[in-house]
Formats: sequence, C-alpha cells, structure tokens
Amino acid sequence: MPRNLIDITDLSTQEIDQLIATAEDIIDNPVKYQSVCAHKQLATLFFEPSTRTRLSFESAMLALGGSVLGFSSASSSSTAKGETVGDTIHTVSCYADIIAMRHPKEGAPFAAAQVTEVPIINAGDGGHNHPTQTLTDLLTIHREKGSLGGFTIGFCGDLKFGRTVHSLVSALSRYENIHYVLISPLELKLPRYVKEEAFKKRGIPYTQTTDLESVIPQLDILYMTRVQRERFFNEEDYLRLKDSYILTPEKLVNAKPDLSILHPLPRVNEIAVAVDKDPRAAYWKQVKNGKYIRMALIMKLLGITV
Amino acid sequence: MNIDSIQNGVVLDHIQAGKSMDIYQYLHLDQLDCSVAIIKNVRSGRMGKKDIIKIDSPMEVDLDVLGYIDANITVNIIRDGVRVDKKHVELPKRLVNIIRCKNPRCITMSEPQLDAIFLLSDPARHTYRCAYCDTAMDKKF
Repeated sequence: MPRNLIDITDLSTQEIDQLIATAEDIIDNPVKYQSVCAHKQLATLFFEPSTRTRLSFESAMLALGGSVLGFSSASSSSTAKGETVGDTIHTVSCYADIIAMRHPKEGAPFAAAQVTEVPIINAGDGGHNHPTQTLTDLLTIHREKGSLGGFTIGFCGDLKFGRTVHSLVSALSRYENIHYVLISPLELKLPRYVKEEAFKKRGIPYTQTTDLESVIPQLDILYMTRVQRERFFNEEDYLRLKDSYILTPEKLVNAKPDLSILHPLPRVNEIAVAVDKDPRAAYWKQVKNGKYIRMALIMKLLGITV
Repeated sequence: MNIDSIQNGVVLDHIQAGKSMDIYQYLHLDQLDCSVAIIKNVRSGRMGKKDIIKIDSPMEVDLDVLGYIDANITVNIIRDGVRVDKKHVELPKRLVNIIRCKNPRCITMSEPQLDAIFLLSDPARHTYRCAYCDTAMDKKF
C-alpha cells in the first residue's frame, strides 16, 4: 500500500478491491470499526471550499473514533499571508497523523507529499485529480452492478475539466470488458492525453458523441457532470456551454430499467430534481458511499487492520 | 581550421549541427573561466556535419541535460591529453529543474521555488509530463 494517495493509479486494482471489500464490511458492521482510530487525528486542509468532500472526510474519521482539525478555505489559513504549501504541510505534520488536502492548484498534493512523512490524501487539486471521488464512484458502481466490469458506461457533460471523469476513466481502464461512451460538447471533450493513457495504449474502444438521447438506451451507467464555472478563464464560454445537457425524466424514457445514474455532485441544473425520485438515481447513495470508502482509506493509510 | 587539443577537460562530440549554443547555455558554460571552444559544422562521416564543444578544464557534465537535448551526443573525458572515458548519454527518465511547466494552473507556477520535475512518458515521441500536474511537454530540440 502506498503511503499517500495522490493519483488513483497509485493504487493497484488489488488494493482498490481490498478497499471496496473493507468499505462494504464497514457498511455491514459499523460497530466493529467505531473506535479503530481512537487518538488519531486527521487534518482536513481545504485551500478551496467544499461541502461534501470535507464533511465526508471529517465524518469518516469521527465514525472511526478519531478526531479532526483543519481549515475550510485558504483565507482562514496562513496561505493568505503568503505561506507556501510546503510550509503549511510541515506545520500541520506536527499536529496530525494523516492529512486530506484540497487545493486549487494542480499538483499541490504532490508538492505536499515531498515534504512530509505523514500520509497525504489528495482531496482534489484543481481540474487535475480527485482520487477519493473515484474510489467513491468505484464503490458505488460495485454496489450497483455487482462488479467493476462487464457494462457500458456513459460520461456526460464537461469531460475536459471534469477531474472526476479523468480519474474514473483512468481507474476503470484497468478493469475488463467495459465499453465507454463519451458525451460532451466539442469544446469539452475528454483531453487527448487521458484517452491515450486510458484507452489507446490498452487498445480499449470508445465512442464519442454530442448527443445524449441517441446513446442513452445503450447505457448501464450514466455518469453526469456539472460544467464548472471555476474552471473557465472566459465567462462567455461558460455561459454558452453550461446548459448543454440537462437530464430529465423524459430523456430517461428509453433508458434501461436497471440504469444507474451517478453524479459526483454538487449539481446545478444538469439533473432535474424530478429525476431524484427515479429508482435509477444513485447519486445520493454515492454520497453515502463516499464516507465508507474514505473510512477504509484512512484505515489503510494509517496501517490499521481490524 | 585548427583548434588545439586539450590536456584535461571534456569534449562533447556528435552534437547535432547548429545546437552547440543551446548546450552552451543549458550547461551554463558561460560561467566557466577556462577556455571553451565551440566548433560548428564540422564534417562528419556519420552525421554529415556536427558541432563539437571542447572545455579545457575537468568538470562534471550534467548528462541528464545532454540526454534531454540530444541523446546522440558523446562525452569524452580527457586526462593528460589522452581520452580516458567515453560516455554515451540517453533520454533521462526524470528531469529536475531543466524545463519548467507552462500550465498556468500548476502549483509550480505559483510556487516557483519548487523543483520542476518532469517524467518521461513517451520515449518514442520524447514526451515528458510534469510530475505535479501531468501537463505534457514535447522535447524542445
């Protein structure tokens, strides 16, 4: 097991499978795990605001019997005074046993990992990687479909800046018998380097389209994403592209009855609220799974076994 | 044209013709006090023409820099007027502080004191990726 989780490919498929197995055991037997991190401290360093990920980490550590400290925006840290990431991490390493950090700059967690022996978990670095969201997605897919292979998955929305998509594509490409359908506006297509690394080097076929409705009947999993305002340098581009895909009950009429709809959240309007009542909507279960897989990850990185 | 032999130093041979000034700059040879000869467009049986750099002082040459610029370069170590070692360079797997990331969202742009680390991702295309943000940089030369 690596010391840090910076990129999902830091984990082998065997290690991912172990984490999923642990998370599923936590779901079935939560009491068994409620004190395993007693007297351990998790620092959540969020240089960029987040509701779900930060609270998920904190909830995970508390559910393991540990405690948490940290900050929720760069303005409430010494970053506002000009402190470097390295110096902040040096300091926090004196107080915490494990660190989960989110930063708007790509590669900040890698920089952090160079200066400390305390395990670093990348909780999102700009538009680059978000490996614990990927673990969340993998656990959700495993629970919905029973395995991590043998299905058609559609990724829809902002595939260019959507870090969750990059990480999930990269992780799934190591599993067998998956067909990929990439649905996006032309300007927000999956970057070439992601396709080369995940698909072309491995000879994995994929389909690209701009039309969600024409492909929705094929899908076993539909992974929706938000067009993220904060990733655009140009507001005009954002406004032009933000409503490209809006999933409604009408668009789901031709979808498979056992489709699973995932979304890393938060959503803006790309999934109509009316879809929440559809039994195929799996995104709220996905949020809950995020806590369990983070519990499993914290235990693993701290070397705690039950 | 005659260039004196050196007694103790380094001869960089088989440099692609016209690239010797780039190497001069990347190796910071301008900071040396000793004689440095840059010989351009020397006739070569293998290369047609080539450049050669002679450095008239023993020095440690950064083979990673040379490998990144041109993996065909040979490094000859001269002692007492005799070649005592000949090194072939190769495309380095890791570059540290040789090139810098151009991604404006990369942490190395906002914190320039960080080591600029690049990893070789595609040897056939000579493509390196920033170890921080994965941005690809095609080989400059």
